[in-house]
Amino acid sequence: MRTILYLIRKEFLQIFRHKIMLPALFIMPFVQLIILVHAADFEIKNIKIHIINHENQNWNVRLISQFMASEHFVVHQVSNSYTLAYQQLEKREVDLILEIPKDFEKNLLKSNKASVFIGANAIDGMKAGLTTFYTNSILRSFNKNIVLEQMKIANSRSTAGIQTKTVFWYNPEMEYAHFMVPGILVILVTAIGMFFTGINIVKEKEMGTIEQINVTPIRKYQFLIGKLAPFMLLALMELAIGLTLGKLMFDIPMEGSLWLIFGFSVIYLFTILGLGLLVSTFSNTQQQAMFISWFFLMIFVLMSGLFTSIDSMPAWAQKTTWFNPVAYFIDVNRKILLKGSEFADISGHFIKVGLIGLVVNFFAVLNYRKTSA
Amino acid sequence: MIQIEQISKSYNAHAALKQASFKVDRGELFGLIGPDGAGKTTLIRILMTLLLPDSGKAHIGQWDVVKDYRKIRQHVGYMPGNFSLYRDLTVEENLRFFASVFGTNIKTHYHLIKPIYEQIEPFKNRRAEKLSGGMKQKLALSCSLIHRPELLLLDEPTTGVDAVSRQEFWQMLGTMKEHGITVLVSTPYMEEADLCDRVALIQNGEILEVASPKNIVDHFSSHLYRIKGKERLGLINALRSLSLFTKVYPFGEYIHCTSDEAVEPVVISQQLGQLGMDEIVIEAALPGIEDRFIELMA
Repeated sequence: MRTILYLIRKEFLQIFRHKIMLPALFIMPFVQLIILVHAADFEIKNIKIHIINHENQNWNVRLISQFMASEHFVVHQVSNSYTLAYQQLEKREVDLILEIPKDFEKNLLKSNKASVFIGANAIDGMKAGLTTFYTNSILRSFNKNIVLEQMKIANSRSTAGIQTKTVFWYNPEMEYAHFMVPGILVILVTAIGMFFTGINIVKEKEMGTIEQINVTPIRKYQFLIGKLAPFMLLALMELAIGLTLGKLMFDIPMEGSLWLIFGFSVIYLFTILGLGLLVSTFSNTQQQAMFISWFFLMIFVLMSGLFTSIDSMPAWAQKTTWFNPVAYFIDVNRKILLKGSEFADISGHFIKVGLIGLVVNFFAVLNYRKTSA
Repeated sequence: MIQIEQISKSYNAHAALKQASFKVDRGELFGLIGPDGAGKTTLIRILMTLLLPDSGKAHIGQWDVVKDYRKIRQHVGYMPGNFSLYRDLTVEENLRFFASVFGTNIKTHYHLIKPIYEQIEPFKNRRAEKLSGGMKQKLALSCSLIHRPELLLLDEPTTGVDAVSRQEFWQMLGTMKEHGITVLVSTPYMEEADLCDRVALIQNGEILEVASPKNIVDHFSSHLYRIKGKERLGLINALRSLSLFTKVYPFGEYIHCTSDEAVEPVVISQQLGQLGMDEIVIEAALPGIEDRFIELMA
C-alpha cells in the first residue's frame, strides 16, 4: 500500500511538471465547452430563400409574408424569374427556391388545390433536409389558415378543430447547449482517461525507466494501480470542472443526483483506463499509443450519438453502439442531468459498461503480463 | 556469490549465450569483458531476472534467478547500460523515489553513497535530464546503491563517459569492497580489466577464460612481437603473407604478431626486406589482456 502511494506521488510530480498535460487539463474544458457547444447547434437560422412569384394576389402575398416573418428564413429576393433564382442557387447566394406558380390563388380557391415548387441546395444533406422541413411546416400552417378562413366564411359558427400542440419534454426550450454539454463532458473525461494513460505507460517503456522499475520490489499490480489511479482522479476532477463550467456558462439543468454521475464515471473510467492500458501494451512509443488511441476515440465519438442520433443509424451500426462505452456515458449523462433519472433507470448501463470494463481490463492485464518481463 | 552453470539463451536463431559458466566470490570486483555483441548484457539481464535463460541454472547467493526473482530484486542493485532514471524528476526526487520503493530512505544508507552523491549534491534540485553524462552515471550508481544491495550489477557503466569520470567511477567501485558489496561490471574496454580482482573474457556468447588479470596475461603462451613501419596497411598485409606468424593485428601505433615458435627479429626484417619493406622496428613485446583475448579467439 505504501509503495502504491509512493508511485502515485511520483506520478503527480511528473504530471504537474509536464509541459502539455496540466495546461491541457485546465484549458481543454473551456475551449471544448465554448467552441463545440456553440458550433454544434443544429438549429438552422437565416436560411436565404428566393421566392418566385408571378402575380400579386392576396394569398400569394400572405404566403410570402409568412416566410418573411419566420425566424428561420431571410427572404433574399422576390422575383418572377426562375433563371435568376437558379443562378443565385448555383452561386450559393441562396439556399432555397420557392416558386409560387401562376394561377396559385385561383386554383386554391376554385379547386381547393394548388402546388408550389421547392428547390434546395442539397450538398449539405442535413441542412437541405432541415430547410425543407422548415418550409413544409410554414406551408402547413398556411394551409391550416386557409381551411379555417374558408370554413368561417361558409358558416359563421366556429367549428371544433383538432389542434396539435408540441411540447418538448426534458428540454422544453430546445436548448442545444443543454443537450450538448453532457456529451462534451464525456469527450473530455475520455480523452484524459485514454490518451494520457496510454501515453503515460508507454513513456516508461520508451524512456527505459521501466527497466529500473522492474528490478525493484514493486509488484506489477502496484505499478498499474500507481499509473491508473492518478488519471482516474484527474478525469473525475475534469468532470467536476466541466460540470461547474456548464452550470455557470450555459445554466445546464441538474435534475438528477451528481453522486450518481460520479458513481457511473468511476465505472466508466475503469473501462476507459483499461483501454488506455490495452493500447499501451500494443505500443512501443508514445506516438504509436497516440495513434491507436486516436483511432478508437474517433470511432467511439462518431458512433456515440453525440452529433448524430443513434436512432437514425442503420441497424448494424446501432448494434455496434452496444460495445461503445462513450455512447452509454453520454446517454447516462443526458438522462441524469436533463431527465433526472434515478439509479434504477440506468442500472442496465451500469452493468453493461461494467462488463465491457471487465473484459477490456482482463485482456489488458493479460497482454501486459505477456509483453513485460 | 554468483554461480552460473551452463546458461544458454537464443534470440530467434541467434545464440547470444552458449553454455556460459563461471562463479563470482563474495566481495569480489569482477569484470565481464568482451566486445559489443559478445553477450554481456544478456548475461547481466538474466542475472537481474529481466530475462529467462533457455537452459542452465544461475544462482545469486542461495537464490535461483528464475524462482526467487523477488528476493533477488530486493537484494541486488542494477545499473542498466542506458540511463533509465526519471529525466523529468530532480536528482533528489529520483533518489528519494528509489529509496522509498525499496522501503528505506536516503538517510539510512547515506554513508554508502556519500562519496559519490556528494559530488552531485550541489545539483540536487536539477532535473536528471539536465545533468552531464558523468553526473548521470553517479546518480544512477547512487540510486542502485540506496537500498544497500549485497550485489551490484553494472552494465557497461563507463561506455561513452570521459576518461576522468571513468577513472573516478572505477575508484568508487573499488570502495564497494569495504562495504562488503560484490560487484559484477561489464565493459568493452580491455584496459579496464586490470582494475578488477578477476575477469571473465566473453566472445560470441562463450566464456573464453576466467582468472585474475595477472593470470590471464600469464596464460599467454605464444611469442609476441611488436612491429612498426611507415606504411601500416601494406606492412600488415606483408606480415600476413609471411608464414612466420599465427596472428597479425594492429595494436595502437604498433602491429602485434604472435607465433608458436620464437622468431629472430633479424629473420623478420630480412623477409620483409625481400618484399621491399625497410626502416622497420621489430621488438619482442610483453603481452596484455587484449593479446590473450585475441589468442583465445578462434
